[in-house]
Amino acid sequence: MYFFDPHIHMTSRTTDDYERMYAAGIRAVCEPAFWMGQPRTSMGTFADYFDGLIGWERFRASQFGITHHCAIALNPKEANDPQLHDVLDLLPHYLEKDGVVAVGEVGYDSLTAEEEKVFATQLAMAAEHELPVLVHTPHRDKLAGTRRTLEVVAKSGIDPGTVLIDHLNELTAPVVAGTGCWLAFSVYPDTKMDEKRTARLIAELGTERVLVNSAADWGRSDPLKTIRTAEAMREAGFTEPDIERVFWHNPVAFYGQSGRLMLGDPDHDGHGMPDPATTYAGNSVLRGARPEEPVPGAPAQAER
Amino acid sequence: MITSPGAMQPRPPIRQALATPGRWLPTGPAAWLARCCEEAGSTPAVLRAFPAIGRRLGRGPLPDCEPAGGYGWTVDDAGRARLLVAASASRDEDSLTALLEQLYRHGDAAERRGVLRALDVLGLGERGLPLLRDALRTNDARLVAAAAGGEYAARMLPDADLAQAVLKCLFIGVPLAAVAAIPGRITPELARMTADFARERVAAGRDVPADAWVILAREPDAVTAAGLPAELESPVTGRRAAARRFFAARPTVSPERT
Repeated sequence: MYFFDPHIHMTSRTTDDYERMYAAGIRAVCEPAFWMGQPRTSMGTFADYFDGLIGWERFRASQFGITHHCAIALNPKEANDPQLHDVLDLLPHYLEKDGVVAVGEVGYDSLTAEEEKVFATQLAMAAEHELPVLVHTPHRDKLAGTRRTLEVVAKSGIDPGTVLIDHLNELTAPVVAGTGCWLAFSVYPDTKMDEKRTARLIAELGTERVLVNSAADWGRSDPLKTIRTAEAMREAGFTEPDIERVFWHNPVAFYGQSGRLMLGDPDHDGHGMPDPATTYAGNSVLRGARPEEPVPGAPAQAER
Repeated sequence: MITSPGAMQPRPPIRQALATPGRWLPTGPAAWLARCCEEAGSTPAVLRAFPAIGRRLGRGPLPDCEPAGGYGWTVDDAGRARLLVAASASRDEDSLTALLEQLYRHGDAAERRGVLRALDVLGLGERGLPLLRDALRTNDARLVAAAAGGEYAARMLPDADLAQAVLKCLFIGVPLAAVAAIPGRITPELARMTADFARERVAAGRDVPADAWVILAREPDAVTAAGLPAELESPVTGRRAAARRFFAARPTVSPERT
C-alpha cells in the first residue's frame, strides 16, 4: 500500500529523507506553509517561500517519485506581527494555483485577538477559493484552544467537512469528533502523539475522517512516522483496508475536495501531472492495488 | 552575435494548432478558453485564468505536434500561449512584457513553461530574453527544454548563450530533437564545447549522451581536437571502455555539413 503524508514540511528535510520515504511507500505529501523558526521581516520573504512551495520543492520531490502538494497561509505565530498582515493580500494569487490543495496552517498559537482575526479572514478566503482548510491547534492551553477553534469555524459558516483540525490528542480529539470536521494526529518522537497512543485513539474513534501525519520539520521529528503508526495499527489488530483508508484514501478524499490534487496514475503524462481527461474532477486516485512501479532512476544531475 | 538562423519560423503545426483549438479541446473547455481570450484585455482576468488552464483544459501532449522526446508542447502550453496571444492584441510591448514577467515570476513550473512557449509566437523581440535566461538557470528539465528548445531561443539567443543552453540540454538529458536551433545554429564553438564535455565524461569512465553526435557528426574535427581518439588508448580500462562506447555510438552516415 501507498502512503500520503498530509502534513510534512519537506523544505526543512534532506534528499536522504525523500529517498527513505519513497522506499517506505510514501508517494504523496502536503506541505502546509508555516513559520521558519526564525521570524520573517518582510512580504518578500513570504512570496519567495510560497513560490518555493509551488516551485522548487515540488520539483525536488518529483525527482524522488513523490508528488508534492502544498497549503498556503499566514501561520498563527506570525499572525501576531502586524507588519506582516499584508501577507493576506498575497494569498489570493497562490490560492488559485494547481497543487495548492488547502489553506493552511491557520488557527491559534497563543489565542490572541490578532490570531483570531487572521484565522477568520483566512477561513473566508478558503470558502472564496473553494479550498479545504488545515487548522493547527495550539501547543499550550490546547483544550481551550481547540474549543475556541471550533467556535470560530462554526461562526464562519464554512462547511465543517472541508476543515481538518490537526495536532489532536486524547483530550481534544473527542471534542472534535462529531462536529463534521476531520481529525488529524501528528506523530512525533517525543511530543504531541506517539504511534501507539494514536493507534489506541483511532481504535476508539474509528477511521472515518481521521488522518495521521508526521508534521516533520526542522525540529526533532521523523518523516517515517506515518509508516510507524501504520505498523502500530497493524499490531493493534486493524485490517489492511482500515489502515489504507487512514493513510491513503482519507487524505486523498480530504484534499481532493480542492480539485487540485496532482497524483500520478498509470495514464499520467509523464510530468507527474495527470491529464484531467483521465481523472475525476481533476483528481485521480493512485490505488493501493496498483502494481509496484519501478524506483525512479537517478535524479537528473542537479547543478547547485 | 547570432549565426544565420536558417528556417526559424515556428513550425506550422504549432501556429495551426493555436488557431484551431477545437482540434485539441472538447467543446466545453474550448468554450471556456474562448471566453478567457475575449476577456484577455483585463489583467486580473488573465491572472486568474492562467494558473487554472492545466486543470481546465488538460496537460497531455498536443495532438499533431512533434513529440520531441516527451518535451514537446502540451495542451496546457497551447492554451496558455493562445491566451497570451489574445492578451497581446490590446497591449503595447511594455505592458505585454510586464504581464509576462508577472506571470512568470510568480508562476509554478507549468505556468512558467506556458510563458516561455508563448514567446515563440508573440513576436516580442528581445524583451523576453530575461525570462528565457532565468529558465535556463533552473534545474527543471521541462523549463530548460521550453526555453532552450523554442523558436524564440533559435531566433533571439546570441551564439554564446545558445551554446550554453544546448550544452545544458545535453547535460541534463533534454533530447536535441526538442531543440529548434539544432541543427541550424551549430557552430564550431558549440562543437568544441560538446567535444570537451564528451572527453570529460570519457575520462571519468562515464557514458556520453548519444545526442552529442548530433552536433559532433557535423564538426568531426572537434572530436580529434578534444583528444577523444587518444582515449581509445588510455591505460585506464574504464576510460578505454567509455571511449569505445562513445565511438560505437557515432552515426554511420555523416550528415552534410551546414
